[in-house]
Amino acid sequence: MSEYIPFILGGIGITIGVTLIALPMGFVVGLLLALVRIYGPPWAKAIVGVYSTVMRGIPPIVLLFLLYFLMSGAINLSPFMAGSLALGIISSAYQLEILRGAFLSVSSGQMMAARAMGMTYIQAIRHILLPQALRLAIPPWSNEVANLIKDSSLVYALGVPEILRRSQNVSAATNQFFVAFIFAALVYFILVFVSNRVLDWVEQKTRIPAF
Amino acid sequence: MEWLNYLVRYSDQFWSGTVLTLKLVGVGLAAGFALGLVAALLRVYGGKALHWIAIGYIELFRGTPLLVQLFLVYFGLPDMGITLDRMTAAYITLALNSGAYQAEYLRGAIQSIGSGQMMAARAIGMTRLQAIRHIILPQALRMVIPAWSNEPISLIKASAVAYLIAVPDLMNQAKIIAGRLYDPIGVYFAVALIYLVIVFILTWLLGLLERKTAIPGMEMEAQRTH
Amino acid sequence: MDNPILNIVEVAKIYAGNEVLKSISLQVKEGDTVVLIGPSGTGKSTLLRCINLLTRIDRGHIYLDGNEITAPGVNENHVRQNIGMVFQDFLLFNHLNALDNVMTAPIRVKKMSAKEAREKAMYELERVGLKDKAGNYPGQLSGGQKQRVAIARALAMDPRIMLFDEPTSALDPELIGEVLEVMRKLALEGMTMVCVTHEMGFARQVATNIVFMEKGLIVEQGSPDKMFNHPEYPRTREFLWKITELYGNEKEAGKGA
Repeated sequence: MSEYIPFILGGIGITIGVTLIALPMGFVVGLLLALVRIYGPPWAKAIVGVYSTVMRGIPPIVLLFLLYFLMSGAINLSPFMAGSLALGIISSAYQLEILRGAFLSVSSGQMMAARAMGMTYIQAIRHILLPQALRLAIPPWSNEVANLIKDSSLVYALGVPEILRRSQNVSAATNQFFVAFIFAALVYFILVFVSNRVLDWVEQKTRIPAF
Repeated sequence: MEWLNYLVRYSDQFWSGTVLTLKLVGVGLAAGFALGLVAALLRVYGGKALHWIAIGYIELFRGTPLLVQLFLVYFGLPDMGITLDRMTAAYITLALNSGAYQAEYLRGAIQSIGSGQMMAARAIGMTRLQAIRHIILPQALRMVIPAWSNEPISLIKASAVAYLIAVPDLMNQAKIIAGRLYDPIGVYFAVALIYLVIVFILTWLLGLLERKTAIPGMEMEAQRTH
Repeated sequence: MDNPILNIVEVAKIYAGNEVLKSISLQVKEGDTVVLIGPSGTGKSTLLRCINLLTRIDRGHIYLDGNEITAPGVNENHVRQNIGMVFQDFLLFNHLNALDNVMTAPIRVKKMSAKEAREKAMYELERVGLKDKAGNYPGQLSGGQKQRVAIARALAMDPRIMLFDEPTSALDPELIGEVLEVMRKLALEGMTMVCVTHEMGFARQVATNIVFMEKGLIVEQGSPDKMFNHPEYPRTREFLWKITELYGNEKEAGKGA
């Protein structure tokens, strides 16, 4: 069994790859949509609202397949890429809600004070609101990162050779199912654990003194 | 607009899939609640050993993907002499998984009730158990509802992975029909809509529950949002 | 009065069907200290926010240095660079220390160099007596210190006029004095100021013009001597008497930490 460990561990690269594509994508899209949701015209707010509800109301695995087939129709994508992009789209909806909540938590007086000094809306958002909102967002955001790492296991269904798929291959070869899957669980657990600790550290480092 | 067609043509299959999904969620939610309650109580009030066992359970099941847990229970347990049919495996895994998340919601609620309540209860002669039962829990269970109402929705969405161990839930029906028709987009779209409707109805019901039981001014944050 | 620095002409503002400001006309000369008084909810704060265009007026015109700032097509952000505002809740930028709070607008809005902005900021902080707190974050400052930083922040933009919206209402009593002292100094240095406040001692000592507002209209205005000692309207007399009783007519601006 132990000679298969490196093989399973190879899946970590895939899992991290998926996460590193989906997470930033979800952040950028989520941030833009959050800003639209807060500051945009009513019709735009409504569209974003629908997007958020739909993307968060459908099981990720269903969306994964739907988006995979939709994208495959247009361009030739590997299951890895399609899965990562699909997870990115799903994550953008959750991150949009997190960032929106964080923005709304920053008191409205901050915007007023910024504008009173002659800042435009954009300057105020960029220099005054965003720095505070991002800090407030770290705890729920680290929850989202953990969720993304766990959801990345869904690309198993697209045949991508991530940790679980590899464990399954190993278990078939060695006939040791329990051990193989415990190992997979352990690897995921460590990934999530490390991610949480790193983000805890980031939160400490960026904490506003006495706030 | 083929999906409309599919909804009508395969309504029987979709219906049976939906029923099974609801069964999975129902059992997972209820059993998970029982598990979660015990775990939360052990975590807050248990002695050293029980406290750490509870934490271990909670962290393990929240820190690993549901899919991995499912495979572990269904494919892995037979190695230890425990062989379960796919339905039982699905029920148990969902219960264990949901229980861990519910434990955290409940823990939050219990802790926010505050040690003052426990102190007051002990001061009038109650044992810890009595205090928990008559003073802490009645308040905690009401307080937890807003945050807790994320869980049924999460479970509906999470349950879809059960198809990977061939549980004939809604997602499984989608896979089967899509395979037959060579129009995966249409079928998955239809199924996505069904899930969306289920979630809407559930959200509405939970909203009613929340309004009926709300304690003004006391809210908590949801942990799992997926 | 020729060439008032601020000229408010028949300004009206309606919020949700309610005429918060019915018709306000007011002229402020350069160097004046105008104190707005009146019962809560009579639109005093609204008027201030109309002056710096944070709130759009529904009727009337406002002129700053002879230019109409309420005309269509005016760049409001530019206008606000010339009007300083101090809020009741301080509204310091929480994620920045005192120095950065004061520096940020000169750098971001006026595009000053960091070096220049820093010098300017330290100058203003010293002016309000907080040079040694430059590195402190808002969470580490007392209420009075926060408000003084807020004043420095507004001053750093070299405004033509300063607006104060109940600057001491959120402060503990013993911290009020240090803020009023800074305001008094500013007035003596010739800054044009419009203040909404209940601090009658300050009004008496420092104001050049006291304006009594009620129900969206100016009831009466005049020098402190006139308003306190021989007001024309009974309502004015009644209000001033009540509020002086409350805040003490012996209370002087400038006492305190």
